[in-house]
Formats: sequence, C-alpha cells, structure tokens
Amino acid sequence: MATLRLKDVRKSYGNAHVIKGVDLEIDDGEFTVFVGPSGCGKSTLLRMISGLEDITSGTLEIDGQVVNDLPPKERGIAMVFQSYAIFPHMTVRENVAFGLTIAGASKAEKEEKVAEAARILQMEHLLDRRPSQLSGGQRQRVAIGRAIVRKPKVFLFDEPLSNLDAALRMDMRMEIGKLHEQLDATMVYVTHDQVEAMTLADKIVVLKDGLVMQVGSPMELYHAPANLFVAGFLGAPSMNFVTVDVQSRDAAQAQVSNAALEPIAVAHKGRIAGEGKAVLGIRPQHVRAAQPGQGMLHGQVMLTERLGAETVVDLKLKDGSKFIATFAEDRVFEPGESVDLTFDPAQAHLFAPEDTTSAPH
Amino acid sequence: MSSKLTRSNRAGWLFALPGFSLLFLFIIVPFFFAFWLSLTNQRLVSPNPTEFIGLKNYRDLLSVSIITLEPERTEAGEVVRDKDGEIEYPRVRTITRSDEFPQYRGMQEWFRWQSGDTAKVVIAADVVFMKALVNTLTFALFIVPIQGGGALLLALLINQKLRGINAYRTIYFMPVVISIVVISLLWRFIYSGNEGLLNNILSALTFGAFTPVDWLGNTETALGSIIAMSAWQAMGFHMVIWLAGLQSISPTLYEAASIEGASKWQTFRYVTWPGLRNTAVLVLIVITMQSFAVFAQVDVMTNGGPLDSTQTLVFQTVERGYGKQDISGGATISVILFLMVLMISAVQAFLTRERK
Repeated sequence: MATLRLKDVRKSYGNAHVIKGVDLEIDDGEFTVFVGPSGCGKSTLLRMISGLEDITSGTLEIDGQVVNDLPPKERGIAMVFQSYAIFPHMTVRENVAFGLTIAGASKAEKEEKVAEAARILQMEHLLDRRPSQLSGGQRQRVAIGRAIVRKPKVFLFDEPLSNLDAALRMDMRMEIGKLHEQLDATMVYVTHDQVEAMTLADKIVVLKDGLVMQVGSPMELYHAPANLFVAGFLGAPSMNFVTVDVQSRDAAQAQVSNAALEPIAVAHKGRIAGEGKAVLGIRPQHVRAAQPGQGMLHGQVMLTERLGAETVVDLKLKDGSKFIATFAEDRVFEPGESVDLTFDPAQAHLFAPEDTTSAPH
Repeated sequence: MSSKLTRSNRAGWLFALPGFSLLFLFIIVPFFFAFWLSLTNQRLVSPNPTEFIGLKNYRDLLSVSIITLEPERTEAGEVVRDKDGEIEYPRVRTITRSDEFPQYRGMQEWFRWQSGDTAKVVIAADVVFMKALVNTLTFALFIVPIQGGGALLLALLINQKLRGINAYRTIYFMPVVISIVVISLLWRFIYSGNEGLLNNILSALTFGAFTPVDWLGNTETALGSIIAMSAWQAMGFHMVIWLAGLQSISPTLYEAASIEGASKWQTFRYVTWPGLRNTAVLVLIVITMQSFAVFAQVDVMTNGGPLDSTQTLVFQTVERGYGKQDISGGATISVILFLMVLMISAVQAFLTRERK
C-alpha cells in the first residue's frame, strides 16, 4: 500500500525528450491507468517508476520517500510485463516463488505464499507445469502470481493483456479488476486500449508526446474532456468534430454555427477566444433523429451499418465534413437520404481549433 | 516440398554437384576407406599385395596387460636390494621375450607400481599410442573447462554496452582467424627456454628470482604449455557462440529478475545460465571434438617430444600413416579416435538432454 507522487518528472535520451515534465499524484489503493497512443511515453513513465529507466530530472516519491536513485528491488514494486517475462526453465511454482527464492525465504514460507497466490489466481492445478505447457492467459496469471507473492507497495502493469486474444483479454481484464478489489493495492497500469482504461481505472492519465493531457476518473474524462485529444481518444466510435464559426461569446456560453449547424449556444469553459473558428465535439451516441426539416444538424446518409442493437450511420454534413451517428435501435437509412439530427447542447463540447501542445502543469 | 525439390530441381542438383563431389571424394570416401584400411596390412607404398588381417591392427594398438614381477631373491630367500635400498626385479623383457609367455610377445613396459614386495607392471603392445591416448584425454580434460569457461567469461564481458566494445570483440577474436601454424611458431618463441617472452616476464615480475624454464623442452611442462596456448587460441571462437546465446535471451527476463531484486550472481544463476543451456551443449561438444583432433600445435611446437610427452592421437595417426608409411596403422588410430569422440559426444548429449 502506498502513495505515489511524481514532480516534474522528465526523461531524455540525448536530445530526444520522451517525458516532458509529468506531475501526478496517485493515492493509496488507487488503480491508475496510463493511456495514450503508441510513442506517447506511457511505458517509459511506468519503467521510470519501476526503476528500469533512470529519471533524467524531477522527483519520484513512493510513500513519501524519494526513490529516484534506488534500484528497483528497493522501491517495493512488482511489475507484470506484456511479454509475461516468466522464466521458461522453471515450473510455475518456481516462477511464482522467484522473488522469495532471491530473498532467501525458507521453504515453508515459499510454499505458503505460493499456495496463497495460487488460490487468489485460481491456478493451483498449474503449479507443477512448465511455461511451455501454458496458454497465454495462464502465463500472464503466473506473472501476476509472481508479483503478488512479494506483497509489493505498488503493482505496475505494462500492457499485460496486449498479447492475449480478444476473448481472453476480457476475462483477464475482469480478473485484474477483481484482484485490485481483493488486494486493495496501489496499481499503475499502462495500456493503449481505452476499454481497459475505462473499465479498470479509478483514475485515468491520458498521455500524448510525453505530456499529460488530462487526469481524472473515467467518467470525468468521457463527459468532460479537457481538450480535443482526450475528446477524440476516448469513446468509440470517436467523437465527431465539426468546425464552427463563433458568432458571439459571453462568460459561460458561445453562440456557434456553420453551414450544417443551426445557431446554438454551447458552454465554452474558457477554451476559446472571442470570434473566429472553434471545434464543436459531439459524441455519435448523443444525437437523435429529428422530424424532417427540423433539428439542428443537417446531412446526407453515406453508409449504414446495422449491428442489431445499434445502427451506425456515416453522414456527410452540409458543410462537407464527415459525421458519425449511432442510434440505439435497429433503423433503416437509405444512402443519399437527407437526415436531420438534434442533440442536447449541454452534451456538446467546444474546443479551440487546435490543442495547445504545451501541457497544463 | 522436398519431393518437388528432389524431382524437378535439376539445376539445383547440378549446381550442388561440384561441391558435393568434392565432399564425397575427400570426406565421405576416406571415412569409409579408413574402416577398410584398418582391417588390412596396407602400406603407403608397397610392392606387396594388400592382405586382410582382421582386427590385428587393433590388437597391436590396444593390447594391455598387467604382469607381476617377484623381486630377485638370494638363495636364502632374501629380497635383493640395490645400493640405494630399492628392491631389484627381473627385467620386463625376460617375460615379454620369453617363449613361456607368447601372449606378451613384443609388448613393452608402460608404467609400474609396487604392491608389497612385488611390482605390478602394465605392459602395452604400443606404448607410444598409449601415451598419445593419455595425452589426448588430458588435453581434452583441461581444454574443455578452460576454453569453454574462459570463452563464457569473455562473452559476458563483451556483451556489455560500452564505448569501443567492438575493439575488444575484435581483439579477442583475432587469434581465431590467424593460422594455427603461425600462432604455434609465435608461441614457440614465447615459450623459448633462453630468451623467451614468458621467462622474461616471469623473471621481471619476480625481480630475477624466477629460474628460466624450457617450457617446451621439459616433459613436465610441455603438455601444459600446449594446453595453455591452445585454450587461448580458440577461446574467441567459442566466445562468439556464447555471445550469440547470450543475445538470444530476452531482455525482459533480466528486467523481471532485476525487479525481483536478483543480484548479479543470482541473475546469472537463474536467468543467464539456464538460457544458455543449448549453447552450452553445443560449445561442450564442439570443444571436445576439436580437442581430440589436436595436431598442428604439437607438430609445429614439439613434434610429440620431449620423450613422447606431447604425443597425441592425431599426431600419431599422421606420423604413422605418412612418416612410417604404415597407412593401415594410421587408419586404425583414426577409427579408434572416431569411435571415442562419437561415444563421448553421445554421452555428453545424453547427460545434457532436456529433461521433461
């Protein structure tokens, strides 16, 4: 159990700056997910916490102690790797007990702790097998077993499910969620999969190009994204962005419109300056079909995908931009058909036309 | 796939033909030829027709017996001693040349030991061969751990990410690409008893207290000197094999070990060494086979001497087959060598097999 605090943490390889100043606080027992596209630095950040990578500048505290210069073993962390990293020549039992063997634990202690870990992960029947006889999911279970026997302060997961197939990934995802509840431990989890992030996290940290774009609970990030990047990254299909003209702006709201959009008032949250262009973000799920000739948004059907439970419609708006709408029902739209849509302006988000790339810190 | 290759790819076979026929002519034919020759009395050049003589060549090489010599006694039954107090025994030739013991005819003393008043003498049909056999086994016994272990150590050293590491890799590998004959000549100078480099260094290090040794001219040191030089020479080769093995171990395993808090030794013990299993088997077998074939060093540096102390099996094969023109005797040694190496490799492969 531990808290984790990162203060202006940076990482550079020569002139290549990979982590450009990250400030973050992780509470005791919190499940934090680092998410972002590949190359955003999420794995590097995790490896810096683990001690596998040096911290170029800034401080990292675990439980109030600065651990910048401590080797991994003295940080009280355990890590689960994407490639499992279980030792091929050892049985499952030996793998799980590895940390204890290294620490010189007695045989009885090892037996007891391995048995406990095996019980938690429901893999008692696998203990005498070798890794080559295990499936991917079982291997990852062994790796998690190796992590939990040492009762670390912080668990680090580096894309643990990326090597598994889709069905197994869902099972393991739920198991990791359960494990977190059971152990009530501080966990940091890196993934590029937003579903994993949304379902597992207490707190999501969205990273891009070595900078934190937004930190918050999954629903905060989903319902109140701070910038275009976060808005577009979370949610599937991703949020629609419509370029609009700002007609007027008061303290809370701005009046926006374009060729396809009737003038509406949307909260701007201080993200746009007075007049000019802005981007209006509308989630595909937040639009409804309106009576012909009415509605706020006008376009033409390009393609319909009927999935049974929902219908995904690819539209071309009157201003020429692409727009995706999903309807939670089975509905038939003909290509070329004119569609009028309506939505609640309170669920729309207004952004500056481009994200300022310098991070909020 | 293979059937298609063998049936229709005539061009491929045509291209392979020159290489294949050379291999066939100079490797495969002589291999079987040696078996046949070892069963005949063929000489390299001889007017006499070749005769099939069965296993006589093998008997002439491998026959070994132990004879017991009773001490010489006076008529009163006292043991006769020489002036140093050593017991006097009848000469071995009284037995090996006696008509009473036709089975020992032509055999010579190899070595002896004393048990009580009697002396046990091991006589061999071919003492030089026996010495060569023992020397070769000794050579292999030392070379395998020294060369294999040293090569692993070097591989671990050069597997680091350091500036200029390639220079070290090159330096360690250099002896491998230089001809063994050239290296043997150089080392003859190094080992020289008069102004040899080794003697000079040793006496400089001990401020002149070291008495120079004729390393290659002394029965005590000659084989050891050849072993040391041979271990050094081929170390670079096996270093490269170890290096390949080291680099095939997944870096995440090291990271996992480091997270779990493994020390350097524990990392080696639990990650590196198990990961090198297959490489170790390969290195072990290759070094064993190579060390049984030791020839050039001996030929250049000592010619088997002094007093047969550096005789080896391959050296004997060549000396017999070509020096003495006894090609069937040479062939016999090479067959014996082949069977020995085959057996040892099989045992090694068995002992190091993957246990399920």
